[in-house]
Amino acid sequence: MLRAIGRYSLSIVHELGDFALFTGQSFRSALGARRLGRRIARAGFEQGVRCLPVILIVGMFTGLVLGLQGYYVLNRFGSESLLGTLVSLSLIRELGPALAALMLVGQAGSALAAELGIQRNTEQIAALETMGVSSHAYLITPRLLAALVVYPMQTALFVTVGLWGGSLSGSLLLGLEPGVYWSSVEHAVKAQDVRECIIKAVTFGLLTISLCAYHGFNAHRCSSATGARAVSASTTRAVVQSSIIVLAADYIITSFLV
Amino acid sequence: MGADSNSQLLRIEGLSKRFGQNIVLDGASLNVPHGSLVTVLGRSGAGKSVLLKCLADVIRPDAGSIHFDGKPLTIGDALARADFRRRCSFLFQSNALFDSLTALENVALPLEQTTDLPDKEIRERSLEALRQIELEAHQDRYPSQLSGGMQKRLALARAIVTRPELVLFDEPTAGLDPLRRNAVFAMIAKYQRQFGFTALVVTHDLTEALIASDRVALLDKGRMCFEGTPAEFSASTVAMVEDFRDSAEALGRTLAAIRRGEALQSEDS
Repeated sequence: MLRAIGRYSLSIVHELGDFALFTGQSFRSALGARRLGRRIARAGFEQGVRCLPVILIVGMFTGLVLGLQGYYVLNRFGSESLLGTLVSLSLIRELGPALAALMLVGQAGSALAAELGIQRNTEQIAALETMGVSSHAYLITPRLLAALVVYPMQTALFVTVGLWGGSLSGSLLLGLEPGVYWSSVEHAVKAQDVRECIIKAVTFGLLTISLCAYHGFNAHRCSSATGARAVSASTTRAVVQSSIIVLAADYIITSFLV
Repeated sequence: MGADSNSQLLRIEGLSKRFGQNIVLDGASLNVPHGSLVTVLGRSGAGKSVLLKCLADVIRPDAGSIHFDGKPLTIGDALARADFRRRCSFLFQSNALFDSLTALENVALPLEQTTDLPDKEIRERSLEALRQIELEAHQDRYPSQLSGGMQKRLALARAIVTRPELVLFDEPTAGLDPLRRNAVFAMIAKYQRQFGFTALVVTHDLTEALIASDRVALLDKGRMCFEGTPAEFSASTVAMVEDFRDSAEALGRTLAAIRRGEALQSEDS
């Protein structure tokens, strides 16, 4: 029993180290990469433009629900005028970065893990290496660098749409004066909140995209399956672990920044 | 085997590789002269693809040495390895084409990522490579929209666009019918002469290999049990070579024996 626990703990430490080396090598590869700008633009399109509809839809519904729930709770204390404060701080500090990251994991992260897994299976990654092309520089680095820009942008969009959703719920449906709502938003949000939001978005982007890339890139090392099943298993693991790490990192960052 | 080492572009000595308890290469040695087409024959699972992947650095050998153009390719010598990769191309059994890139983008990829050539020149050289293998009309198609033979040619175009000195072919005719097998071997021989590269092909197609190759080697149980010209292969008395060479006759003898057995059974009944 003890031996099994020890072996499992060692395997986790080994994988964490391997993941750290993988991420480090991906950043290091940026130094010698050719035509990196184009690859970043393409990765930005994949992560940004393709994920835009889901970000806008989920952001809008999150704002609508927050506005609705917030209004009824605040109404009990006669504080409906603070609806803007509640919606804006909830979105900017917590829900915006976390939910946007989860949506990006579901859409861009899973696609990345599956794509890399298939490329590994069909020897496309090995082909790059035989051509003298760094597979990290060509496949991983552009995605990681794009994520550092795309995640904060998508989070900002999510928050903006969510604020409008809150306004729709509070003002249009429940009769709160729009000026009161937006004024409380303006008074509530401080530079520190925006900074916290951006730090979280960048961290989530770095962690989730590198984790999804790591699992897809190493799909051939999957011990429980081979071939298409290995791609499926590594994609599932990438999405599950990325989702957990977003929430865990959210807690850690919040406890340091608050 | 005793060829002058200066005339060899590639010299492999005592290459060994094992996966767990399974010994795949057990001291394999091979010489590949400049400008020649050398074929390594062997049964399925003999270690032919592993040999090529050790050369291409996809798999790291456990022991042995590889000399390219007289210089050793030492593990950890990044400069020598980079030079080797620049001068060598690998054509995978599965073609390993990028399915999200068009034919032209596939061919342009190694130039874009390993050279500082301007975009215009990369495009011209890629189109030229496509033209030479008669695929220019299909430049905007994706690999999945091309036939198996076209994909093989596209993979070859990608392999030769960097003007390599050595091209490694991993089972280029695997899974093809006899007519296509002939066509692929003819294509390799034609372009090998046209572009002047040295070709190392691994296959188990004996007839085509003997016709198209300058030299032939036979890999068995991880070792080269024969190395020489096709004429020497045809005359060899090495047991494994005879088995390989006479496999069709052996099949005929087995079938004849089976038929005789059936005849005896019908007489008994």
